[in-house]
Amino acid sequence: MQIVVVLKRVPDTDTRVRVAEDGFSLDPGGVRYVTNPYDEFALEAALRIREERGEGEITAITLGEESAQEMLRGALAAGADRAILLRGRAGSDGSAVARALLPEVEALGPDLVLFGMKTIDDDQEQLGPMLATMLRLPCATAVSEFEIEGSHLRCRREVEGAREWVQLPLPAALTITKGAYEPRHPSLKGIMAAKKKPLDVRDVIVPPGRMRVVEMRLPPERQGAKFIGEGPDAVPELVRRLRGEAGVL
Amino acid sequence: MAGVLALVETKEGSLRSSGIEAMSAATVLAERMGTGADALVVGPPEIDAAAGALSGYGAGTIHLALDPALAGYRPEVFAEIAVQVIREGEYDVVLLAGTGLGRDLAGRLGALLDVPVAEDATAISVMDGRLRIERPVFAGKALATVEVDVSPTLVTLRPGAFPVQQSEGAGTLARRSLALDPGRWPTETISRESGSAEVPDVSEASIVVSGGRGLRDPESWRLLEELCAELGPEAGLGASRAVVDAGWRPHSEQVGQTGKTVAPRLYFAIGISGAVQHLAGMRTAGTIVAINRDRDAPIFRVADYGIVGDAFEVVPRLTEELRSPQGR
Ligand SMILES: Cc1cc2nc3c(=O)[nH]c(=O)nc-3n(C[C@H](O)[C@H](O)[C@H](O)COP(=O)(O)OP(=O)(O)OC[C@H]3O[C@@H](n4cnc5c(N)ncnc54)[C@H](O)[C@@H]3O)c2cc1C
Ligand SMILES: Nc1ncnc2c1ncn2[C@@H]1O[C@H](COP(=O)(O)O)[C@@H](O)[C@H]1O
Repeated sequence: MQIVVVLKRVPDTDTRVRVAEDGFSLDPGGVRYVTNPYDEFALEAALRIREERGEGEITAITLGEESAQEMLRGALAAGADRAILLRGRAGSDGSAVARALLPEVEALGPDLVLFGMKTIDDDQEQLGPMLATMLRLPCATAVSEFEIEGSHLRCRREVEGAREWVQLPLPAALTITKGAYEPRHPSLKGIMAAKKKPLDVRDVIVPPGRMRVVEMRLPPERQGAKFIGEGPDAVPELVRRLRGEAGVL
Repeated sequence: MAGVLALVETKEGSLRSSGIEAMSAATVLAERMGTGADALVVGPPEIDAAAGALSGYGAGTIHLALDPALAGYRPEVFAEIAVQVIREGEYDVVLLAGTGLGRDLAGRLGALLDVPVAEDATAISVMDGRLRIERPVFAGKALATVEVDVSPTLVTLRPGAFPVQQSEGAGTLARRSLALDPGRWPTETISRESGSAEVPDVSEASIVVSGGRGLRDPESWRLLEELCAELGPEAGLGASRAVVDAGWRPHSEQVGQTGKTVAPRLYFAIGISGAVQHLAGMRTAGTIVAINRDRDAPIFRVADYGIVGDAFEVVPRLTEELRSPQGR
């Protein structure tokens, strides 16, 4: 079984966001990068499927800068068999990124393509169903757990206030959310083995973006709390303010 | 200039509130663009009676694609129908509520129409005839303004960010005849467990009551549920990651950078310390109330009102105060 895991490198969740001088991008100064947390769930899901079946080849692929190699080495250390870095600039236009990834993922002849549900930098929650549709693969999003039953996948989806089970035929694509796939830590053996695994790096042309960020700013600073008081005795005053000056009740 | 189309989602035989927000936003936008706003509803036949109400939010034509097979979400056919309607009507702008369904469908439509999608918009303005779409990035740590150079411009709207607004529309019903072949759609929903029907999802609630590790155990959520009930049907429950990781609450309730980003009118953070990853998900709320034992907890830096105290004493008192008539 060919499993492709599509991953992105993103700023750590601790990052203090500052706008760069151009006025529309992130100031990279002092930013630490990590694998998008949802993509770690996707990789973990791929590793478990291979363990359960006792066969399967896992390819980790990303579109990004040279420095994304480190993330891919991490994926190899965790257990992926090979990795591909498509060197290019992933802008804010998800459809351009999808079109750049399309021929590369297609060429791998995947039985299963796994995405993270969303990236924590662009927060688009888009690439999975978009690229799956371009690949003409059936797709389920926001999957927290799944199993393979013969030629089908059975997936648990987490949607507003409900969970549902969906079934779709292989080959297929899924976007993975938090659930059954807490990522493992790579073992020392895994880290050593990763050094010998293939990591292809090649340039890719990302089509020009048709959606552009023209401005980025920080949300207005909040003033900080007015302390109403201590303990339950402060409650009547809180309620009075919420009904009165705040007008929210 | 061709018009604006709102895709209105249904839920158990009625129109979803976030869908009505999308319709209202479409009408406002169409007015600014000097064009009209229409609606598309895909769902089961029972919706026919409810859909006419969209004229009260400015819908000109209400396209209806109704069939018993469409009671649940069938992604491939929903996308196929939407693409047909968008192409036939030559719509310039298409708005969808950014629910789980809306986000799933938008990506597919982007692929089929070969256009980008501006996701999770919190505001849309028109400048020199172009749309400027504001969307939170880095889970709300920053706000980006984007412009799209192609038509149709596809936008998903953050639930709760666009107000419901009444306005008179012609409301002409256009029922589409469908020749559906369910055998051809690969993705099938086998079963569905809905959560509590009375409590809205955290992303759609206009008041959110969120709890953290300070509540000590899952049984304490009874206190939050009682508070929620007293706050009425627009109040929903949220949680910090610490309690989701502990298995006390489902991930669907998690607020923050690796959970949901929410913008309710009123947000209660109870026994939540206010880690950056949590703040990212709720800092755009209208009014924030923090209840915490620790006066130095970072949550107080973003809160509007704070009570320093034990949640086990403050929360029941709050519920009681809201219940008492003289408090009103
Ligand atoms: C990659 C990554 C992603 C993350 N994503 C998220 C996310 O999406 N959402 C999220 O929430 N977190 C996220 N986190 C976790 C975050 O860093 C914090 O660990 C978490 O938010 C803490 O949850 P908490 O406030 O419930 O618990 P704590 O930090 O333990 O805070 C408990 C609070 O309760 C107070 N308290 C204790 N007893 C009482 C009482 N009786 N009455 C009143 N107050 C009391 C304490 O003073 C304290 O402030 C993420 C972390 C990482 C590394
Ligand atoms: N530049 C990229 N390279 C590889 N995968 C990506 C890239 N951007 C997004 N993805 C994948 O698509 C998912 C959804 O991303 P997004 O639509 O940006 O929220 C991510 O979780 C990744 O699995």
